[in-house]
Amino acid sequence: MTATVELADVGRAYGERVALRDVTLTLEQGRTLAVFGANGAGKTTLLRILATLLRAHHGSVRVLGRELPREGWAVRGRIGFLGHQALLYRDLTARENLRFHARLHGVAPQRIDELLDAIGLRLRADEPVHTYSRGMVQRLAVCRTVLHAPELLLLDEPLAGLDPGAAEVVQALIGPGRGTRVVISHDVEHGLAEADEVLGLRGGRVALHAPAAQVSVADVRGLFA
Amino acid sequence: MRRAVVALVRKDLRLEARTRESVPAMVLFSLGTFVLFHFALDAQTVAGNLAAGVLWVTLLLAAVLGINRLFVAEREEGGFDGFLLAPVDRTAMFVAKASVLFAFLVLLEVVAVAAFAILLLERPPWHALPGLALLLALADLGIAVVGTLVGALAIQTRARDLIVPLLAIPLSVPLVIAGARGSAPLLAAAGAGALEGRWLLILGLYDLVFGLLAYAIFDFLLEE
Repeated sequence: MTATVELADVGRAYGERVALRDVTLTLEQGRTLAVFGANGAGKTTLLRILATLLRAHHGSVRVLGRELPREGWAVRGRIGFLGHQALLYRDLTARENLRFHARLHGVAPQRIDELLDAIGLRLRADEPVHTYSRGMVQRLAVCRTVLHAPELLLLDEPLAGLDPGAAEVVQALIGPGRGTRVVISHDVEHGLAEADEVLGLRGGRVALHAPAAQVSVADVRGLFA
Repeated sequence: MRRAVVALVRKDLRLEARTRESVPAMVLFSLGTFVLFHFALDAQTVAGNLAAGVLWVTLLLAAVLGINRLFVAEREEGGFDGFLLAPVDRTAMFVAKASVLFAFLVLLEVVAVAAFAILLLERPPWHALPGLALLLALADLGIAVVGTLVGALAIQTRARDLIVPLLAIPLSVPLVIAGARGSAPLLAAAGAGALEGRWLLILGLYDLVFGLLAYAIFDFLLEE
């Protein structure tokens, strides 16, 4: 199997504060890594480093076979990133937002309607995003994330703000089986159920790293204590 | 890169058409300033150096308002991340933003120069218009380039509203000098005089130098 993500002794600080320290892991193609940890544990920093949006201050980062940040140009466009922000313009409509991202990624416009249908937003596709509920914005953000059919999905609490029905719809686009995934979740049971591997962070350090089958809910809950 | 520039420009123009946050503010500011000058100078009309100074300083200060807002949507709505995640040349952002700012400045000047003529000039400056348009176009290019650089730098800081005028105004001094000196004879009381080529040359040189500089360093401004 090919490794999609390879981290060796990765660290990152914001000024004096160390957000991530000595993180080492390998994630094989097609597998899902669930990342758990309390607020400020370094989860989002890790995701942003993998997305090429942040530089690691030390250690080595390889994503999709390319070394970051030196070869970041080669992996942008192959990554789907869903962070805390939807990365959507509130005064544009859903369709305009997706068309904008489709142009940046060189994606055919037909894909936009397919995705709007898939998440049930076709009827409101021509309304500005600021008129949407939080759940609708999240569904649209998922569309934006998978618009260019990325090989690696980096998802920060992807089901936040979604009702069970919407969560099911969204899972069809970003759930297990949709390529290699790194998923940050605060829903321990659900996160564990769909993971192949588990990474637990505490204070920026790896506190838990094991196959999901060997990790219990109590192990993960211990990270939040 | 062309594809990304077109996408970014379309998106920015659409956002401006919908929100009307930049151009109307720039226009209103310039109109208000001309009215202030009209009363503060206690003169029915102005001409020559004074007219040129009033026009260029007002346009520059109005441009600062536009520069201040140039990257706000990218910062507040995650546009930077969305762009940085795309497989496109980062210089596309610079070219697109400079083009958008240039378009905003042209729109501003269409209204502001007309208002300036009505409020502060003795007679319509028809004969001065071709020369004035040329000077304004070259200066707009310079302001667009420097404004995009300064806007991208300032948006990364908390003191954005302070940084933009503190950097953009001093950097634009050569533009204002060349623009005002070049347009003074065009706005003379006796009628439009000749436009001196050296002021056009200075503006062109400024555009070239800052254009190359911006092209070289803009990538680094987008780095975290």
